[in-house]
Amino acid sequence: MSESLLEVSDLRVDFRHDGRIVRAVDRLTYSVARGQTVAVIGESGSGKTVSSRAIMGLLPQTAKVTGSIRFDDVEMVGLPEKAMRGHRGCGVAMVFQDPTRSLNPTMRIGAQIREAIQTHEKASRGAAHDRALELLELVRLPAAKERLEQYPHQLSGGMRQRVMIAIALAASPKLLIADEATTALDVTTQAQIMELLRDLQQRLGMALIMISHDLGLAASFADEVVVMYAGRAVERAPTRMLFSHVRMPYTRALLDAIPRLESASHAPLAAVPGQPPNMALREPGCPFTPRCPNSTDQCRSHAPAFEEHEPGHLWACWHPCADGVRL
Amino acid sequence: MCGRGEAVSTGEPLLDVRNLVQEFEVRAQGGVRSGVVQAVSDVSFTLAKGETLGLVGETGSGKSTLARAILQAPRPKAGEVLFEGTDLVKLRGRELLRARRQMQMVFQDPFGSLDPKWSVARIVEEPLTAFHTAARAERRRRVTEVLDRVGLDPERYAGRRPRSLSGGQAQRVAIARALALDPALIIYDEAVSSLDVLIRAQVLNLLERLRAELSLTYLFIAHDLALVKQVSDRVAVMYLGKLVEIGPAESLYREPLHPYTVALLASIPNPDPTAPRAPVTNTITGEPPSPIDPPSGCRFRTRCPRAQDVCAAEEPRLRRLADGHFAACHFPVSEEAPAPAAREPARLAGGRHDAAAPD
Repeated sequence: MSESLLEVSDLRVDFRHDGRIVRAVDRLTYSVARGQTVAVIGESGSGKTVSSRAIMGLLPQTAKVTGSIRFDDVEMVGLPEKAMRGHRGCGVAMVFQDPTRSLNPTMRIGAQIREAIQTHEKASRGAAHDRALELLELVRLPAAKERLEQYPHQLSGGMRQRVMIAIALAASPKLLIADEATTALDVTTQAQIMELLRDLQQRLGMALIMISHDLGLAASFADEVVVMYAGRAVERAPTRMLFSHVRMPYTRALLDAIPRLESASHAPLAAVPGQPPNMALREPGCPFTPRCPNSTDQCRSHAPAFEEHEPGHLWACWHPCADGVRL
Repeated sequence: MCGRGEAVSTGEPLLDVRNLVQEFEVRAQGGVRSGVVQAVSDVSFTLAKGETLGLVGETGSGKSTLARAILQAPRPKAGEVLFEGTDLVKLRGRELLRARRQMQMVFQDPFGSLDPKWSVARIVEEPLTAFHTAARAERRRRVTEVLDRVGLDPERYAGRRPRSLSGGQAQRVAIARALALDPALIIYDEAVSSLDVLIRAQVLNLLERLRAELSLTYLFIAHDLALVKQVSDRVAVMYLGKLVEIGPAESLYREPLHPYTVALLASIPNPDPTAPRAPVTNTITGEPPSPIDPPSGCRFRTRCPRAQDVCAAEEPRLRRLADGHFAACHFPVSEEAPAPAAREPARLAGGRHDAAAPD
């Protein structure tokens, strides 16, 4: 048995759009150890959500997935739907951004959690009810007993997200993927949900993949960070190493564009120009070239490989940033 | 046409909001009145010409309702909204429309606020047409001018539909539309919150540039405190319909006085993994209570780590605790703040720096 719980290697996901092939994920490679927290960071269209759905086997039929996703020593790519179902839930579970749309508005909370429990194990109604209550208490939903009888609209956004986490935990998954799970929540609620996830992860020995656009959140909660741009991983390192030695100019740009509490009011933000590339037009070079302050002709013609340049620290750039350099 | 040409800040309030109240009735099945949502309760503040006031608070704190009540859409239940000395609440019909021309709003979701069937040029021209400002050729010239100002090449973008734009571009169109009538005040309601980090930085820098170039006054509503600090001169914090703290951005962030502001600041994830975590005593648990039945006394007391009996019995009034810095709390977090016994009434709430303001 290997060290890693999840090993994604050379993953590619292609969609067909207007007769052209759009490569949403391109040669993505990373791994997650048991009990580890990995943050996958990127903007809209960076491929972070598509790659996580590939792990869950939740991509539409039209998506062409190649490469390898090994979970617990089982190859997921090409796995028949029936086997995939067994893996979903008890192997990997997922929590999405919008709890309102993930919950059934016409079903009581208790029934929805029971459904998740009974999908994975043979349990009597009474046993499932008890387990549902236990799960709601585990996610620290106040007045858990009464909530079982309530409908989603009677709960606040933060409470609904706790219910979603309870459902995700129903079959004791080994890996939980939180896809922008706190983005739609208020900042104080976000802090509470993140603390809850961290606590659950430690207590249950679960691995966690946080999909997010927020490097700040990654800095506070992840062991390792993978930064994605235009479908590719562009930088990857243990969290502290990444933040103290940022190499990829794109990561640098992301960090510099975050407003800081320490900086003075009206101080202009370091903003790189332009916008992410059109994924249907596949240029040969590095996709960040048109927006990159370090770019040269070499970047336009040849894409740099994503390689380990320092122990544990991988990046894909011909002209990485030196320590302490801001854009 | 653009550029008001005045000094950036004269201290004279452009907007003076006094004791504003907005309530909504909640009706149960059969139309029976079952409660009143106290969305905005007795909020007062001023906004000087050329100034940016940041307004922060969580979902349901009443920040968007406050913005709409200022624009009289819908009209507030009570209070005054003095815009350049005229009370908008008393204005009717054509006079109100004329005043509204001076005030524009930019919303969070640009795609939701732009007509998908209209071209960019038509969207930006619409307010000019609605106010019968000028002849067609003149309006077209103005459209080109404002598109140029927000960084969209008129030749490339004027004919496009919102669907073919990215989120950042669509928000620039919404900003261009707000600028078209050459307003004095622009209210941004979470206008950059849904944009990606790099695009958000571009748009924030654009807003700052426009403010300087056109001497605009901003009311900038957002839930992200770090973002608000970036653009604001002063910051106001709302909780459950009440203004709990208002003050100069620098001092409010350096020395927050209200325990709620402290908790908000402690909840922000720091993009530095080596930074010390906020002490647990500063974070809060639970969620805001219902605005239909807010707690007695201080509305924050049910979640406040510093709450005492007096907080339930007596509502703390907004009082001045430092230069231009006001908080509504019996036990403010600053050590230098006067003891609760030495409270002074603060009727002129909200950092009215100039008591002898004209009008």
